[in-house]
Amino acid sequence: MIGRLVPVFLFVLLGILLAVGLRIADHKTEIPSPLIGKPLPPFELPVLGEPDRVLTNDDLTGTPFLLNVWASWCPTCRVEHPVIEELAASGALRVVGFNYRDETEDAQAWLRRFGNPYEVSLQDYSGRYAIDLGVYAAPESFLVDADGTIIFKQIGAVTHEVIQNEILPRIRRQAD
Amino acid sequence: MLMQRILLIATLLACTQLAFAAGPVEGEKEPLVFDSIEQEERFNELTLELRCLVCQNQNLADSDAPLAQDLRKEIYDMLQAGESNNGIKTFMIERYGDFVLYRPPFQGNTLALWVMPIIILLGGAVGVFFAVRRRNRHLIEQDQEGSN
Repeated sequence: MIGRLVPVFLFVLLGILLAVGLRIADHKTEIPSPLIGKPLPPFELPVLGEPDRVLTNDDLTGTPFLLNVWASWCPTCRVEHPVIEELAASGALRVVGFNYRDETEDAQAWLRRFGNPYEVSLQDYSGRYAIDLGVYAAPESFLVDADGTIIFKQIGAVTHEVIQNEILPRIRRQAD
Repeated sequence: MLMQRILLIATLLACTQLAFAAGPVEGEKEPLVFDSIEQEERFNELTLELRCLVCQNQNLADSDAPLAQDLRKEIYDMLQAGESNNGIKTFMIERYGDFVLYRPPFQGNTLALWVMPIIILLGGAVGVFFAVRRRNRHLIEQDQEGSN
């Protein structure tokens, strides 16, 4: 009798496995960053459009900021851009741009066309620093706290939900 | 005979040309020059074992993605600088996590991954053992009934 139930049991088990698989499928391509809780890797990068002005970590840390990885070749960045602009305009958080593997002229034209919400945009022409950051797709955004520690990473577009549910609570918690 | 041989060689040459034309060359305009065959083998081994994060079912050796090109270049530079295979893998894990390895390490959160196949295999073996035994018994019983 129990032997008869074995296939049923296996079927239920398989069903559970598939249900779990479906649930996590949406996030399957998102790789959790090992950099959360670690300091922003040391950098020395020129400012977009001002090749002689080179910034390092010390120039940016002090208050929390969002490091937003963007490029003119990245379609999702365009979708995300109004949200980033809104965030920067709200004054809730500093927004620093990270121009990734882009031609200077293209990047500048992109900002002229869609608006420039960034306090400053670092330019990583070779993509070398992006490797230190573990960037593998644009857009990506890193929330960096006042001490220069990465406390959150958004892979893909920043949305209103992400700002409300992930970003703002984290900087409020820091401020307390 | 000679004519045929020339034709064959010409065809083969044309094929290799095609193969190169379709290869992942964009961005890597200059071929990599290795110090030794051993270094080249290590490069090949590492790019086979490390995952391209953009097209996640491809390894770095396979992928045409710009990031894969950057990472191949990085691996090459590290090999040139005398970095060990483990050092290079650690460098990648520190930035992209364990996921970058095609062969995940044996640890807490990968236990199911490594142990499950063994459990399923053993389970299958036990199942087969009992099924065969039951069948044998059945056959013996039938035999005995037949001979009676």
